[in-house]
Amino acid sequence: MNTTEILFFFLSALAIFSAIMVLISKNPIHSVLWLVGVFFAISGHYILLNAQFLAIVNMIVYAGAIMVLFLFVVMLMNLNAETEPQKNLWMKLAGVISGGCLLMVFVSLVRQATDLNAKKAMTTTGDIGLIKNLGKLLFNEYVVPFEITSVLFLSAMIGAIVIGKKE
Amino acid sequence: MTLLVLDWLLIIEKLVLIAIIVFASLGIALYTTFAERKVAAILQDRPGPERAGPFGLFQPFADGLKLIMKEEITPNSSNKTLFILGPGLAMTAALMTCAVIPWGASVQLFGRTIDLQIADVNIGILYIFGVVSLGVYGIMIGGWASNNKFSLMAALRGASQAISYELAMGIALIALLMTTGSLSLKTIVEQQMAPGHLWNIAYQPIGFLLFFICAMAECNRTPFDLPEAENELNFGYHQEYSSMKLGFYLFSEYVNMIMSSAVMASLYFGGYDIPFFNEALLPQNIAALVGVGALLIKIVIFIFIFMWIRWTIPRFRYDQLMNLGWKSLIPIALVNMLITGAWILAKL
Repeated sequence: MNTTEILFFFLSALAIFSAIMVLISKNPIHSVLWLVGVFFAISGHYILLNAQFLAIVNMIVYAGAIMVLFLFVVMLMNLNAETEPQKNLWMKLAGVISGGCLLMVFVSLVRQATDLNAKKAMTTTGDIGLIKNLGKLLFNEYVVPFEITSVLFLSAMIGAIVIGKKE
Repeated sequence: MTLLVLDWLLIIEKLVLIAIIVFASLGIALYTTFAERKVAAILQDRPGPERAGPFGLFQPFADGLKLIMKEEITPNSSNKTLFILGPGLAMTAALMTCAVIPWGASVQLFGRTIDLQIADVNIGILYIFGVVSLGVYGIMIGGWASNNKFSLMAALRGASQAISYELAMGIALIALLMTTGSLSLKTIVEQQMAPGHLWNIAYQPIGFLLFFICAMAECNRTPFDLPEAENELNFGYHQEYSSMKLGFYLFSEYVNMIMSSAVMASLYFGGYDIPFFNEALLPQNIAALVGVGALLIKIVIFIFIFMWIRWTIPRFRYDQLMNLGWKSLIPIALVNMLITGAWILAKL
């Protein structure tokens, strides 16, 4: 095993373990923190693929901003294990079955996709994830969708402020 | 044996470098606490700590020993795991920043060229941002896990303050990045060292001022120390903490201060560049060591300014803090960015 493989297996194990802990933790705050762990592991995978920019943006935006807001909400709602509503068994069963179906669809999709077949992940060699190449691509080829997305974000932000503002 | 195909020499080199930098940061932080008390004393016209050792130089060790020897109290109704995790996270996040800071040029040792930087990633500044945004978790988790209303309030304050000032900081940085064209701290420092190129402070004075103010807010330093406003919140987010766990929180603030000083020195004041002097005239190793010294002097100057401000300006009110962040700093940063853009276009 070389360094990349060791890191890959370590990060994958970390990601899966943290994801499972998100689901089975009784305390919602613990769930949120395990989710931060998942984001960390995923960022590590991005770095293995030489997509440093994506990795760090994933960390800043998801782990640094969105999860902090999650944490805010969960802390202020004062959720405890006692006050958590108990769902009945049939609901849980239905959830497991539908989740399993979704997983099956995903797996079959990945297996059959001609785009993915016989292609290897470009560990430490690909350079599309570097900030220079990504920036050039975004501001040349995809500049119109990119700008439209930013306007969309801006309108969403203004909308949130207008809704949140008291009369 | 092909189980582990690793470059062990590289790993050892990096581990040694990490150990040196971490311990050096902790040592400097130790004496920063002493300097803080001395500077406060000078500004308030009193002698300050002077009993332990010559000029009171052993005072930080006495303080540390006192913190370690104190009884460790964990509140009954607290969340035990998170209560311990909080200070650890605060300290880890504070120390993680040192990975991308270029502490000096490269040195030649045992036939190897060793960069005095743990990792020269091409997104160095963004990495610092990522780590800074993680620093919020230490405060939030600690404040919440204490199960104390004052702590929770302080934690929420701290988090919203950090998030608000990160924005202005980011926009101030974008203007700098537009002039440098690189996110790697090493490249930025080398650009400033190049002959005929001034330090970035000359091109981005407003940007630096904004960055400095925001860095002060991110470090929770007075006048932005609202998360630990003792007259409003008793003691803030670390109210329930005692012994070395409290020590970690207090200490991480000083480590943060050192790291942000190092970042500011690297971004705006030439990093390990010695002013008015061509390093190429000296042998490589000596030049590198002198460069490290130059960076340390810049850091010390910044830390002194931090303290000077702390003991001069009173704390903001919370609404003033938010108004300053959102209604003054962000518009100024945006205008600064536009002017920089226009300047770059005009130069082309």
